[in-house]
Formats: sequence, structure tokens, C-alpha cells
Amino acid sequence: MTILLFTLILLVGAFLAGMLGSLTGLGGGVVIIPLLTLGFHTDIRYAIGTALIAAIATSSGSASAYVKEGITNIRLGMFLEIATTTGAVIGALIAVYMPTNVVAIIFGCVLIFSAIMSFKPKKDQSTDDDKSELARKLRLNSTYPTPTGPVHYTVRHIPGGYFMMMFAGVMSGLLGIGSGALKVLAMDNIMRIPFKVSTTTSNFMIGVTAAASAVVYLQRGYISPGLCLPVVIGVLLGAFGGSRLLVKANVKGLRLVFSVVITFLAVQMIYNGYTGKL
Amino acid sequence: MKRYFSKHYWADRDIQQLIGKQLRFGVILSSILVLIGGIIYLYRHGAEMPSYREFNGVRAGLDSFSGIIHGVRGIHGMEIIQLGVVCLIATPIMRVAFSAVAFLLEKDYLYVLLTLVVLGVIIFSMTGNLAG
Repeated sequence: MTILLFTLILLVGAFLAGMLGSLTGLGGGVVIIPLLTLGFHTDIRYAIGTALIAAIATSSGSASAYVKEGITNIRLGMFLEIATTTGAVIGALIAVYMPTNVVAIIFGCVLIFSAIMSFKPKKDQSTDDDKSELARKLRLNSTYPTPTGPVHYTVRHIPGGYFMMMFAGVMSGLLGIGSGALKVLAMDNIMRIPFKVSTTTSNFMIGVTAAASAVVYLQRGYISPGLCLPVVIGVLLGAFGGSRLLVKANVKGLRLVFSVVITFLAVQMIYNGYTGKL
Repeated sequence: MKRYFSKHYWADRDIQQLIGKQLRFGVILSSILVLIGGIIYLYRHGAEMPSYREFNGVRAGLDSFSGIIHGVRGIHGMEIIQLGVVCLIATPIMRVAFSAVAFLLEKDYLYVLLTLVVLGVIIFSMTGNLAG
């Protein structure tokens, strides 16, 4: 296979990955790693570097739209970015000492968890009781726009949410993914903020979190331009197409199919990691 | 309802508009660079064989900013792609820097401080010789 053919096939693959990522809400990076390692037999270290760049591309691309609509809680995002970026740097440091097959197994587990999370019915646990002193001091309580006017919400359990975010950051730095599922979990279930706000704020943070470890990986030689070329272009086009499709398509059916595909990929990653092939 | 008529609220919206635009600009700029570099790279090396099965790290010059700039001056496709990638990494970092200025204009000094902490972590990650 020549570089030209390799690039074109990978471009199509990245396009589908970007579409799948935006439809499931998992982001473009998550599918890139199994695509590169299982599909193209790329070393997982190159795959991690490329996936980080894909995560930054999709996060920044879609965050621009959400921030403009005013749904994203920028103060909450900023505060929690201290946790996610510190975590990401720790993750990138651990990655040097971690055997690649262990990384593959952890990746598979996070992928299965993410697939379950994306399919689980979302329960809105947000409240308007102003209980957290810290949230008031940090001015984290805010409003988000709805068709019937702005809705006020408050943020709870800030220390718990902060540590969960730090863990999400470590996973992001170690595996090269946005770990959006973990971020949403921290904000929905622990900090009790409305689902719409947690999804957009998580997406807003993914870019900075990934950038914090990407600067380390760039110097380590994990980020290869030959792989970034088709992946960045493909994932961006796919994410854009996916968000268009999201309006028309039977989302529930598609999500089921994709969750099955992602779980299958995850099992493959764990198996290959276990047998030492990755 | 009173808060929606306050100065703070609208200042916040303006900042959000600006941040949204800056993010979009960064993504578009890096896509263009990656595309230009990609065309040069494929034109020159398209017929060669890819080698990503074994990890050796990227070749010298692609892993540092000075190396990338040197290659871009020589119109090397790979370095132009990598410059696009660096722009993409810089996009959310610039967003953080922008936010610090925005919070300063709002006189929200607590958030100026928190934003600078985030920026500090990233700068440490960049310059702290963590590559190993």
C-alpha cells in the first residue's frame, strides 16, 4: 500500500469516526485509536498522538457553536480545567512507564464504559437549591437559555466533582482521548448540573485538556504529520456531517448500532492487549 | 429578572461571542495549513510506503517548534502539516489566554487568577522537559 492510498483510506475511516463520534457524543478521538491500531496495525503510541489531535479538532470545532449560544458555563469550565490539565500532565508522565498492552486494556475498559454511558437514559438531577457555599464564592451557579426563557441552576459537591475531573484528565493524558464520558459523569451525577450544560461544558474543556498533554507528546515524537493529515481533515468533515445528520436521522437506532460496534472494538482492544499484540 | 439587565450579564455574552469566533478561526486556519502541507507531502511522497508499525518517533525536526519553522521555510510538506497541528494545539490554549484578559476587563480577579493557573500548568507541560 502506498502513502497516497493509505492516506485516502484513512481519510474515509476518519470521516466515519468523526461522524460516529458526533452522533454518539463520544468525540472523534475515541474511534481513531481502534481504527489505527486494529485496522492499520499502527503502533498504539502513534495512535494516541493522532487521537489527541483529533480530540482537539472536534472539541474546538463544536465548542465554538455552543459557546456562542451561551449554554456553556465558562466559569465552571475554567475552574475544572485546573483539575483536568493537571491530570492530563500526570497522565502523559505515567504513559512513559506504562507497557503499551496495559494501555490498550485500560483503553478498552474506558471505551466500554463510554458506550454504556452514551446509551444510558439521561436523568436530569439538576436543582435550584443554593446549598454549596463554595459554588457561591466561585460564582459557578448560572443560567442557560431555553425556548421558554433562561433557567437558573446551582452546582453541588464541588470537591467530589473536582477529583473526578482530575481522574478524567489522567485518563485523557494516558490514552489520548477527550474522556468526555467521565467528564459528563462528574458534572451530571456529582455536581448535579443540567445535562445540556454538562455536555457542552465538557466539550469545551476537552480541547484544553488534550492540549496540555499534546505538547508533551509532540516533543516525544508521538504526533506524526502523515497520520494527522487524513485524521484531522476526515474527523472535522465527519463531525460536521454527523451534526447535520443528527437533526434528521433516527438517533436512537443509530446509537444502538454504534454502541454495539464500539463495544466490539473495545473487546478487540482488550483481547489484543491481553495477548500482547498491541 | 433584574440580573439580565446588568452590565455583567451582557459583558459575559460578548466574551462568549469572541471566544466562539477565536476557536472557529483557529480550527479553520489549521485545516488550511494541514491541507496545503498535505498536498505537497502527497505530491512528493505519495508513492512511498507508510511505516507506522514500529514506533521510532517522528523524524528529527518534527518534534520541536524551531525544527518545524525551519522545515516550513524550506516548503517541506510534513513540516507545514505539523505547523497546522501546532496551530490546532494552540487554539484552546489561546482561548484560555483570551479568557484571562476577558476576566480582567470584567474585574473578576478571582477568575483571572484561576485562568492563569490553567495557563501555568500548560506552560509547565510545554517547557518542563517532560518528554523523557
